[in-house]
Amino acid sequence: MRRFTFHRFWAIVLKEFIQMKRDRVTFGMMIGIPLMQLIIFGFAINSDPKHLPAAIRAADQGPFARTLVAALKNSGYFTFVREAATEADARRMLRLGEVQFVINIPEDFSRRLLRGERPTVLIEADATDPAAVGPAMAATRALAGTVFNRDLPGPLARLRGTDGPVDFRIHAHYNPENITQYNIVPGLMGVVLTMTMVVITALAITRERERGTMENLLATPVRPLEVMLGKILPYIAVGYIQMTLILLAARFIFRVPMIGNFVLLYAVALLFIGANLAVGITFSTLAKNQLQAVQMAFFFFLPSILLSGFMFPFRGMPDWAQALGSVLPNTHFLRIARGILLKGNGLAEIAPALWPLLLFLVVAMAIGVKRYRQTLD
Amino acid sequence: MSAPDHVIDVAGVTKRFGPKTVVDAVDLQVRRGEIYGFLGPNGSGKTTFIRMLCGLLTPDAGTGTCLGYDLRTQQAEIKRHVGYMTQRFSYYEDLSIRENLDFIARVYAVPDRAGAVQQSLDRLGLAHRSHQLAGQLSGGWKQRLALAACLIHSPRLLLLDEPTAGVDPKARREFWDEIHQLAADGLTVLITTHYMDEAERCHRLAYLAYGTLLTRGTVDEVVASARLTTWEVTGTGLLPLAANLRGRPGVEQVVPFGNTLHVSGHDPARLGAAIAAARGPGHACREIKSSLEDVFICLMDHAKDNFS
Repeated sequence: MRRFTFHRFWAIVLKEFIQMKRDRVTFGMMIGIPLMQLIIFGFAINSDPKHLPAAIRAADQGPFARTLVAALKNSGYFTFVREAATEADARRMLRLGEVQFVINIPEDFSRRLLRGERPTVLIEADATDPAAVGPAMAATRALAGTVFNRDLPGPLARLRGTDGPVDFRIHAHYNPENITQYNIVPGLMGVVLTMTMVVITALAITRERERGTMENLLATPVRPLEVMLGKILPYIAVGYIQMTLILLAARFIFRVPMIGNFVLLYAVALLFIGANLAVGITFSTLAKNQLQAVQMAFFFFLPSILLSGFMFPFRGMPDWAQALGSVLPNTHFLRIARGILLKGNGLAEIAPALWPLLLFLVVAMAIGVKRYRQTLD
Repeated sequence: MSAPDHVIDVAGVTKRFGPKTVVDAVDLQVRRGEIYGFLGPNGSGKTTFIRMLCGLLTPDAGTGTCLGYDLRTQQAEIKRHVGYMTQRFSYYEDLSIRENLDFIARVYAVPDRAGAVQQSLDRLGLAHRSHQLAGQLSGGWKQRLALAACLIHSPRLLLLDEPTAGVDPKARREFWDEIHQLAADGLTVLITTHYMDEAERCHRLAYLAYGTLLTRGTVDEVVASARLTTWEVTGTGLLPLAANLRGRPGVEQVVPFGNTLHVSGHDPARLGAAIAAARGPGHACREIKSSLEDVFICLMDHAKDNFS
């Protein structure tokens, strides 16, 4: 019987549906992953980020300055959250990532404007992520021509000039040429580590259980903690090798200017690697087989790329997505890695991103170890 | 207080998984140098009981010692001196034979590791294939490797969970010769099996069904304590005869054995009467000694009746 027969074919189809129904995790993923993508791509991601936090350093409080600030605010791209007293103050805010922009209004702004001298408004931007800064800067430039139209009526209209009455000068810090790779390549470190650490640990432990070798191992004097630490240590080494490869590529292929302290970066990376390994261990206690382990890892990996600020500007996302992203270790590691490499940040500057990472590590490890122990008896 | 020559001495050992009692108040004593057979249908709790003996699971109730160490509090000591061979091959298929043995020897901190590994390879005849990956081995060789691995730390007690499932008769015989040799050297062995020929090779037996220990003792003791009378019927038309016999008073079990029929019951008089009434002219009947298998099938049926 070489002919294709419907009943044989149909038998396979039915069997496949039954198996699909039995594997709850796979079934859940088939529904969950598209739903997650729909929500993230549909609602969370915004390539035109607005309401970016900005600080103002106004040496002139005159009506023109107020008009300017109001106009920037009305553009929708800026939310003024701070006031910087000094230049050093402004720099610190940028380095810490508290603000994306600092708007500097010079001392004699109003006077020079009225004299037709086209006073300079310096906009300092944290341009580590060009995608976050670009749209706001374009909008600001467009604003320049029209911002004072109402303040300069009648005879004053001549001050509007051809280029506009003010000169917006944009100073893109940390990445003056707006090269996307400068942002992406250090970020890639976090993404690659997330992917391999979570997947590999989840797989390594699930494999022992799936193949039955775990039972044998536990019948020996080996303690569960020894098994766990012994299994993850090689992968920590792998993580460091991956990190080193990316850093070498960043330096010699992509020519990313790296000014930070590598010792600090490697030290902090241990926390991040640990956090991901803990997630992997937790998944391995939930997964029945290696396929499920991979699926769970993917479920974690997807938001780690999309909601962490790796691919899309973090501040462009709605609040709920930012809150969700703030839970993920990758979000904080990206800030740390970019901060150290591009901004030359030290321990004090990365501290705000360090403690959430530490908190995640402690909580995930506690859950992982607790669940791991429960699977034994 | 356990007698000094009892390697395993447990009383009332119970294990529950959720609402299900998998092992129910089992008492067991195993003497040093003894090969103790552990029998019972699938899912009767044999593996769970063994896991409690080797410190993998903690009993929910009951007390006992294994090698003189307390089952509840000294699991670490037990693990150090017990060799446990799991039902399923559970060494690393992507490691070579030597690497597997070396790994286990390291875990047990065996003194003179290299020497111990080489010795165990030689002893089990695995030396010439020591670089082969464990995953490429046939069932029989995997079993030899598993035995070598659980002997490498010179355990005082060997727990073997269906070690000969899926192994050919020759390899099985060699395996049992090895076990007898080990026992003669003073090692105690607790072994689970479904094979009656293997059960008869054990010094003593226990039969577990639905978590309860139904009988124990030597083969003769087990058979005698069952007080089962068995008749063997030969001839033609055994299938209709079997149907005829079933349900008659006194007939508790009718089992075809090749070209013969074993008919068993606890009441010799009623059983004899039933056979006399049902037999035809072409049937030869004689009373035989009940076999271990007759006894076990009977035990299993009774246990089922008690549980349903």
